[in-house]
Amino acid sequence: MPKTLYDKIWESHLVHRQDDGTCLIYIDRHLVHEVTSPQAFEGLRSANRKVRRPDLTLAVADHNVPTTVDRLQGIREEESRLQVDTLANNVREFGIEYFSMDDVRQGIVHIIGPEQGFTLPGTTIVCGDSHTATHGAFGALAFGIGTTEVEHVLATQTLIATPSKNMRVTVNGVLSLGVTAKDIILAIIGMIGTAGATGYVIEYAGEVIQSLSMESRMTICNMSIEAGARAGLIAPDLTTFEYLKDRPRAPQGEHWNKAVAYWKTLPSDVDAVYDKEISLDANTIAPTLTWGTSPEDVVPITGVVPDPSLVKDDVKKRAMLRALDYMGLHAGTKLTEIKVDKVFIGSCTNGRLEDLRAVAAIAQGRRVSPHVQALVVPGSGLVKEAAEKEGLDKILIEAGFEWREPGCSMCLAMNDDRLQPGERCASTSNRNFEGRQGRGGRTHLMSPAMAAAAAISGRLADVREYN
Amino acid sequence: MEKFSQLTGQAAPLPVANIDTDAIIPKQFLKTIKRTGLGKYLFNDWRYSPDNQEVGDFVLNKPGFRESTILIAGPNFGCGSSREHAPWALLDFGIRCIIAPSFADIFFNNCFKNGVLPLVLPQDCIDQLMDLAQKGVPLTIDLETQRVTTFPHNVHFDFDIDPFRKHCLLKGLDDIGLTEQLISNISVYEKNMKNEKLWL
Repeated sequence: MPKTLYDKIWESHLVHRQDDGTCLIYIDRHLVHEVTSPQAFEGLRSANRKVRRPDLTLAVADHNVPTTVDRLQGIREEESRLQVDTLANNVREFGIEYFSMDDVRQGIVHIIGPEQGFTLPGTTIVCGDSHTATHGAFGALAFGIGTTEVEHVLATQTLIATPSKNMRVTVNGVLSLGVTAKDIILAIIGMIGTAGATGYVIEYAGEVIQSLSMESRMTICNMSIEAGARAGLIAPDLTTFEYLKDRPRAPQGEHWNKAVAYWKTLPSDVDAVYDKEISLDANTIAPTLTWGTSPEDVVPITGVVPDPSLVKDDVKKRAMLRALDYMGLHAGTKLTEIKVDKVFIGSCTNGRLEDLRAVAAIAQGRRVSPHVQALVVPGSGLVKEAAEKEGLDKILIEAGFEWREPGCSMCLAMNDDRLQPGERCASTSNRNFEGRQGRGGRTHLMSPAMAAAAAISGRLADVREYN
Repeated sequence: MEKFSQLTGQAAPLPVANIDTDAIIPKQFLKTIKRTGLGKYLFNDWRYSPDNQEVGDFVLNKPGFRESTILIAGPNFGCGSSREHAPWALLDFGIRCIIAPSFADIFFNNCFKNGVLPLVLPQDCIDQLMDLAQKGVPLTIDLETQRVTTFPHNVHFDFDIDPFRKHCLLKGLDDIGLTEQLISNISVYEKNMKNEKLWL
């Protein structure tokens, strides 16, 4: 029977299958961070259990870490410090590799996995974080889990799970000027909704997806969870292999050749059948952003704030009214008239080198609007180092952006980087929920280039006027 | 994990779609290294004003609903992050069952690991239950027979649940304990992988 990429990975990781269909699957790679792991380690300790495969586990602190240079003198905030220290103690006790804050390899968990070659095609990857879907860009089955499951994986290197359904999202055509991976994924979420892929694993396919860099593919897979999907996948190809070759934890020598030969067998069979198929014409996607408090509230930058009175569905209408009120917006307002207070560039969605290059290209020779605070938070120490080598930091600082240390930062505002009540932010992150970037804060999700244009203009802006 | 067999109690109606985990438990409370004590922060930004006063018209602050053990909500409940702090906060508050037309995947999964039942019913049943709950009518949820009943109105709805998950909830089974019975299968798998995929 023809199989999808997902079917192939799932089947090759089956350890046991119960009569009722519940499966035990093997986990090849486990990423651990400070927020969702303390209770898991505590559980192991109290049951006198060990970590079964510390060699398949990699830990880093990212959610809570400050992004200011003085962070090496210690985290000021007591609870954050305790959580990061707890992780450091746990990895020492259980023998897990850990990138501490003073390690150049430290960064957002979903950026460092690929960077190190820890993320590999055909593997199963989990992390106590919903954006684990990012690693699907490599053709790995990667998904977020809760803390009880983190403990389960630490103890047994397996998970109890049931198979998901297959969905394929095909993007063909040609991307217009100023349209990026972020615009594609926002358009997809806008089309199918935040619960559109619940119960499914999405495979992204089509000529547009194939033409994307690994970094762009990660942006797409990253936000699969915002469409409700368990995971996102892209078939591994030459672009994937080229990215991985010679990464510190990627296979070397003869192992590399064997791995590549195996990886080439992974793409879905041509006649594989999907439970659901969606297709999207890239030519129709404009630079896209969100207006409301759900990632599905998308609109092209040339558009206006939508009118709830035109919506029939009662549940939807109520949600729209609530969102308009929270966002402080009125139906019919042109997007480009909306003033922003802050700009956040970073996160596991858009904190990689390619993203920072896109921002620098817009920022070069221009100035951040005087009323805007614009933060650039590289996704990892290595991204930061590479950007500095190219001089991107100088361009950005000269234009008035703040150049920060790596971490999750204002994507979820667990550290000091956050919005004040009523402040509006152009953000390259992944969630625009109420309070996500700070209580009362108002988030508009968009691509790095669009966020840069907003920083310069002081309002939401059409990046095509800045190219 | 505490067993779940039958539950009778007041249900709090919260007719909002896409209630995300940031709303259930905002990030400033994720800095804890414990599982307990999060109930007082459940729905923090909806329950309390910025100066920490109770918001009077939020359902869990209303008389009769302050000790709810069931929550009835809109579709796609629990979307967003994987934080298990969300079911921990609900459980710590005293809520053992959430009834909604649909749930986000990771949240749904996390509930079962904590003895909390995420119960799926069609929207029209939800609407009826919301109405009754609003009037203060208590609900009874019986997991064994997979039935929600209200007294004295005697309205009842049957619900579906994965048989394995039902079994684990009824018995209060811990997953790791179950998996450890399969440890030899795991060792065999690892041995085979060592031969087949040397690069891992």
